[in-house]
Amino acid sequence: MRYLPHTEADRRAMLATIGARDVDCLFQDVPAAARLDQPIDLPAGQSEMAVERVFTRMAGKNLSAGCAPFFIGAGLYRHHVPAAVDQLLTRGEFLTSYTPYQPEVSQGTLQYLFEFQTQVAMITGMEVANASMYDGATACAEAAVMAARVTRKKKIVLSGNLHPHYVQTTETVTKHQGLEIEALAPDPFGFEDLMGRVDSRTACLIVQNPGFFGGIRDLTQLADACHEVGALLVVAVAEPVSLGLITPPGAMGADIVVAEGQSLGMGLQFGGPGLGLFATREKYVRQMPGRLCGQTVDQDGKRGFVLTLSTREQHIRREKATSNICTNSGLCALAFTMHLTLLGETGLTRLAKLNHAQAVRLEQSLRRVPGAKVISQTYFNEFALYLGDDVDAAEVVEKLAAKGILGGVAASRFYPHWPELRPILLLAATETNSQDDMAALVSALNEGL
Amino acid sequence: MTEITTISGNRGLMLEEPLIFEQGCPGRIGVDIADPGPVDEDRLGGLARQGAIGLPDLSEPQMVRHYTRLSQKNYGIDSGFYPLGSCTMKHNPRLSEKMARIPGLTDLHPFQPQSTVQGALEVIDLLAHWLKGLAGMPALAMSPAAGAHGEWCGLMAIRAYHDDHGDSRRTRVLVPESAHGTNPATAAMCGYSVDPVPANERGRVDVAALKAKLGPDVACIMVTNPNTCGLFEDEILEIARITHDAGAFFYCDGANYNAIVGRVKVADLGIDAMHINLHKTFSTPHGGGGPGAGPTVLSAKLAPYAPLPFVVHGTDGLELVEHAEQAPGAKPFGRVKGYHGQFGVFVRALAYILSMGADGLRQTSSDAVLNANYLLASLKDVLSASFDGPCMHECLFDDRFLKDSGVTTLDFAKMLIDEGFHPMTMYFPLVVHGALLMEPTESEAKETLDGFIAVIRALAAKAKNSEAEAFKAAPRLTPRRRLDETLAARQPILRWKHGANAEG
Ligand SMILES: Cc1ncc(COP(=O)(O)O)c(C=O)c1O
Repeated sequence: MRYLPHTEADRRAMLATIGARDVDCLFQDVPAAARLDQPIDLPAGQSEMAVERVFTRMAGKNLSAGCAPFFIGAGLYRHHVPAAVDQLLTRGEFLTSYTPYQPEVSQGTLQYLFEFQTQVAMITGMEVANASMYDGATACAEAAVMAARVTRKKKIVLSGNLHPHYVQTTETVTKHQGLEIEALAPDPFGFEDLMGRVDSRTACLIVQNPGFFGGIRDLTQLADACHEVGALLVVAVAEPVSLGLITPPGAMGADIVVAEGQSLGMGLQFGGPGLGLFATREKYVRQMPGRLCGQTVDQDGKRGFVLTLSTREQHIRREKATSNICTNSGLCALAFTMHLTLLGETGLTRLAKLNHAQAVRLEQSLRRVPGAKVISQTYFNEFALYLGDDVDAAEVVEKLAAKGILGGVAASRFYPHWPELRPILLLAATETNSQDDMAALVSALNEGL
Repeated sequence: MTEITTISGNRGLMLEEPLIFEQGCPGRIGVDIADPGPVDEDRLGGLARQGAIGLPDLSEPQMVRHYTRLSQKNYGIDSGFYPLGSCTMKHNPRLSEKMARIPGLTDLHPFQPQSTVQGALEVIDLLAHWLKGLAGMPALAMSPAAGAHGEWCGLMAIRAYHDDHGDSRRTRVLVPESAHGTNPATAAMCGYSVDPVPANERGRVDVAALKAKLGPDVACIMVTNPNTCGLFEDEILEIARITHDAGAFFYCDGANYNAIVGRVKVADLGIDAMHINLHKTFSTPHGGGGPGAGPTVLSAKLAPYAPLPFVVHGTDGLELVEHAEQAPGAKPFGRVKGYHGQFGVFVRALAYILSMGADGLRQTSSDAVLNANYLLASLKDVLSASFDGPCMHECLFDDRFLKDSGVTTLDFAKMLIDEGFHPMTMYFPLVVHGALLMEPTESEAKETLDGFIAVIRALAAKAKNSEAEAFKAAPRLTPRRRLDETLAARQPILRWKHGANAEG
């Protein structure tokens, strides 16, 4: 077997050193009833070529995004990832290292984490960021728990514009932690009144910007309203590219910003792994979940980096830890920071402008579809399209797919219990869409409706 | 050796590298982006960003050099022996990386119509089939993102079962003292109090003590097997029996599954739920801290409570169930994360599993256990083994062999770095003093182990020979020497700020 170096002679020599007759003797502590003396009844190992064939066959059953006019978003966005990112990501020193517990042999990981934390703090307009969580949804749940810890209050209010997976994950995580969740109804038109929802029992209000249905909100007054009653404002960002163009949550008074970092560096990967971004104010740093990398000096006085403030974490604090997270999304953080380094200020701004311009262009093209109307008053690169009172968006999506077009996602996929949302289609446009893609979508919609 | 100083601060191949924020220059760019063109009317609602973000601008060659230089300051499995106990630092096959980059598997959106992602659902289903088959368990929750997340998933399913059966008295979780920190942290997240269970003198769960603590208020036990001392819980069937007799569940932390994969079925041990760290046993890269995946096998009793989403075999092929009502009988406890699990990690793990096969996986655990016992046998006369062998896939030493030498476990580990090895896990588990936990994995050839053994033996002799000063000064040959962690925690600097992070 190509991954196993021992020859039979090696094994014999080692057993002799150990003083064991055979390997089975080493398993003597396993109760006899549970010892298998045969391989489990599953197929035997295969060569590289044979395994490649299996995956190529499975890949062939999928319609990959790059092979279709593609307009799906809903929290994950298809962007061009520069070649250098993935090439560098596979360097073994990055790929095959563990969590940087031994800083002297991990300065590479630690330095990029420090740079990553800085970039995340900068784009969100916050003071500090951690070294990553699993994904945007779990980061959102952690923010709710942290807000309750900071404020010593129990009520968590979730906007109807928060991604439904973030809502469900937050509901699940908080279920047995003595918190009270108030999840508002889905809000495609941006009508909800959040000001009226915060009161003296509120730990935090969680809103998404741009919202799940596209809308961009000025959060300044909401932040003030939260702060007046001692609550925190948590802002979720599902599309970090938007931060190249719109006012960051930090500048509007957010206390915690969580985000899904997948847009930069990672590609779609069928939705996983993701990259949870988590940023907050310096004064709350000791209540924060997740690893933190900090600057220090070595024995010779040279600048270096270490994991720090770990008394918040499970390996020190155990049941009193701020979170149970251990393995996070390190390599995804590297992909994110590498992509953002290539973009820089100039590139992120330009990319964001291009995304917005593409979405505006898409909206304009859709004016040629009779009966369809974009209902998001404001948006960045994704909006909600109302297809007409009797139209089922889920059926439209299937018809488009039959024509080889991945034309957005129906709101009903997330909200099966809300018949009034059935005509709503979420459509995203990014730099990866061509004019031809848009023309194909428009003409297919015209034929299909 | 005289200290060599250079003008640049570089030392040959050891290159100093500033932060990206210290090398940008406005106007450079590393990605060419089309001109957005004119937008008649933006739809930003007056919320366009005012002012600069502060990100540095670099070109592609600068970026490539930056990360290449950073990578050279890291030690990975690709660099050398990495016996980090409890972490299973085995070889990461490059075939897995290649498969994860096939466009038909990576360029897929989780919300594409299901008819367009049947191959992706097949990856999930086939991996689940293997994991269930290997474990002998009927059900599996695929979406947890790591081991700790799987623990939480398992305990949430257990809590859902008790709640569903009107059993609200169960508020305690029993956790051995040797457990990883994630175990008690997880129990607390589920609203349980944590009650520690002592170990016996053989490093295993003290079954009498466990029995005394079991009762109608215990929701479950969380036992790691093989445990964090590298030992198989030889009374595991009795542990399972008394736990079940008390109406509680047996959650097993499967971090150490590499020791038994292919040789022992989880189901035969009386376990009700166990997470499997794909980033350990199934060789997906740790990537400097993640991502991982922690699929959690479940017994028939717990299966209905598995979280959303999951894949089922439907009439038109595979179906992804995203809402409870799509699957009659399912009572999912909720959703643990966004989307459908760590798909990119699944592809890698499945490539490894298909490469190894049932026979190769059995050989894997055999060789992993052989290697650990070889280290134990070759080192127990110079280090102090905490427990008698045989051990499983890792061997545990404590710091008795350093008594009166002035050398600590930490010093000893740092000295290994200068010798070109990654240190073992230190100070974990907490049940022995100054722990040194070594997990060689099956990936290491005998020559590698022999080289390591020779170095450890020589270092042990040095330590006993009152050369503490040399240990205290280690490492000396790394890009940075020992770092001041107290300073880092006392005056936290967690980001770069203009003019505030000067090179020391
Ligand atoms: C025994 C044990 N339990 C749990 C964990 C947590 O797993 P993860 O880091 O994948 O969350 C670890 C990992 O380090 C471990 O060694």
